[in-house]
Amino acid sequence: MSATLEAAPLIARPTAAPAGRFLRHSAYLTVRSVRSLLRQPAFAAMTLIQPIIWLLLFGQLFKNVINVPGFTHASGSYLEFITPGVIVMTALFSSGWAGTVYIEDMDRGVMDRLLAAPVSRGAMIVGTVAYQSLTTIVQTLVVFGIAYASGARFDGGVSGVLVTVVAACLISVVIASFSNAIALLVRQQEALIGISQFIVLPLQFVSSSIMDTRVSPAWVRHVARYNPVDWASTAARAALSAGTDWGVVLPRLGCLLALAVVMSWLATRAFRTYQRSL
Amino acid sequence: MSQPSRPAVVARELVKSYPGGRGAAPIRALDGLSFEIAAGTVVAMLGRNGAGKSTTVKILTTLARPDSGTATVAGLDVARDAEAVRHAVGLVGQKPASDPMATGRENLVLAGRIQGLSKATARQRATELLDRFALADAADRLAKTYSGGMARKLDVAIGLVHRPQVLFLDEPTTGLDPEARAQLWSEIERLTIDEQTTVLLTTHYLDEADRLADRVAIVDAGRVVVEGTPDSLKSQLRGDAVHVELALSSAAALPALARVPGLRDAVLEGTRLRARAESGARAVPAVLAALEEAGVPVSSVTVARPSLDDVYLQHVGRAFDAEQVAA
Repeated sequence: MSATLEAAPLIARPTAAPAGRFLRHSAYLTVRSVRSLLRQPAFAAMTLIQPIIWLLLFGQLFKNVINVPGFTHASGSYLEFITPGVIVMTALFSSGWAGTVYIEDMDRGVMDRLLAAPVSRGAMIVGTVAYQSLTTIVQTLVVFGIAYASGARFDGGVSGVLVTVVAACLISVVIASFSNAIALLVRQQEALIGISQFIVLPLQFVSSSIMDTRVSPAWVRHVARYNPVDWASTAARAALSAGTDWGVVLPRLGCLLALAVVMSWLATRAFRTYQRSL
Repeated sequence: MSQPSRPAVVARELVKSYPGGRGAAPIRALDGLSFEIAAGTVVAMLGRNGAGKSTTVKILTTLARPDSGTATVAGLDVARDAEAVRHAVGLVGQKPASDPMATGRENLVLAGRIQGLSKATARQRATELLDRFALADAADRLAKTYSGGMARKLDVAIGLVHRPQVLFLDEPTTGLDPEARAQLWSEIERLTIDEQTTVLLTTHYLDEADRLADRVAIVDAGRVVVEGTPDSLKSQLRGDAVHVELALSSAAALPALARVPGLRDAVLEGTRLRARAESGARAVPAVLAALEEAGVPVSSVTVARPSLDDVYLQHVGRAFDAEQVAA
């Protein structure tokens, strides 16, 4: 009988450093999501086609707003103006859906099985936001490619592209964390999608992502100052312009980073609330 | 229980309520549930839906916290040492636990890696379990292509990947066809032998408990109402079970049987009449005569040695399977 409890210890006991475990688990779960995406080629293709359509569609639809008095995009075309906007918008809309993976895991027994295993809760959040960020990076580069092919030119060069990628990834982290937290709290697909849409659409439109807020009503300008989507669009656009004003870019990236950290932390906390409901 | 080693699972006075919602009173899922499981044995928790079986499993696997009461698994307190408990237990919940977009092998390797196995060990263990559960041919197919029986075997394999000291199986064979059920039963029987794993199994099926479990705990309304080996529970019921199937339900049936000597514990549920008798064979003619005299038509009579169903009936006051079919 006493042999039973000592039977064949297969495992490296939980003596492993928590930080190492956190990183390893994050990597496993990111790989799981990426692999799953690559196995759904139609879905993977849509994640790339959608931002291209938005870029070309909005680029045509609102082409002439650039002539509205007060629209102060220094030089260049509306396409150049909305390229960073569409990139941020794509990150925003894709990440709003992030929580649906959790709901699927809950509807199956995957979530309970993981939570009954010594998985790092933080890594569960990082796994999904890292996956969203990887998707965002690919989408961003594709949108830049299409914009370039359509004649857009960006004076900001490599640093401009880098800032855009970082800003879009931070928006992904913020929104995916939010979506995950909501998923853990409401535990229902319809409710998650409803809440996500309710938040995402206003964030999109009360920002400078496709419209210069200087031609918007004053209240929009005021509200936009507190809107992370506006921070990301404004920072990316400034970084892509000639003579980048880093005083515009860096504080906004800093705020986005802080918000991303806070939102991921809140999402990790939401696991406790979820487990209390079990 | 007089076990030489410490028990693998100890639950003491577990209480857990869930909000009733919309001003309704909270639902008390566990109401002072206590039991122990000796290391290396299989214990079946038997009870209808809502009796508290799944809540118990959730508490013992650290998913849920009790409102009060304590529990240890493999000597570790589920509240204070949750992380260590998670290394010591495997959970096979009611719902499929595999990632449908990953292969069987990938599911096992990921589960092993999360438990802290090295890459090589996790792969080796995955192959071993795939062979063992006869999934080797499907190892590199996506789990979403698996049949119900295969998916369930994969779930059990995932639960075993880190060689847990205690495996929790929450209704492992619900929804499986008879052949898949029989296969899974043989695997579970081998578990305690090959892996020396302690198993807590919840089930709706009396035959499953009878076949697999060293001990049975009958749970009702959040408490263990009786606990023991299947044989000891059955032998507590003296005599035979007499089951009468009436052609029509009739209120006259029970009063009629009260006059039959040596017959006791008569219960009527719809058209099913159950009673116990010292000797079933001797009681049957008297039972039939009494019912005929009362004008109650009978369609069949059976006499049997006591089954777990009779044990359940005795302790919970209702037959077990009648409502479960609908559930």
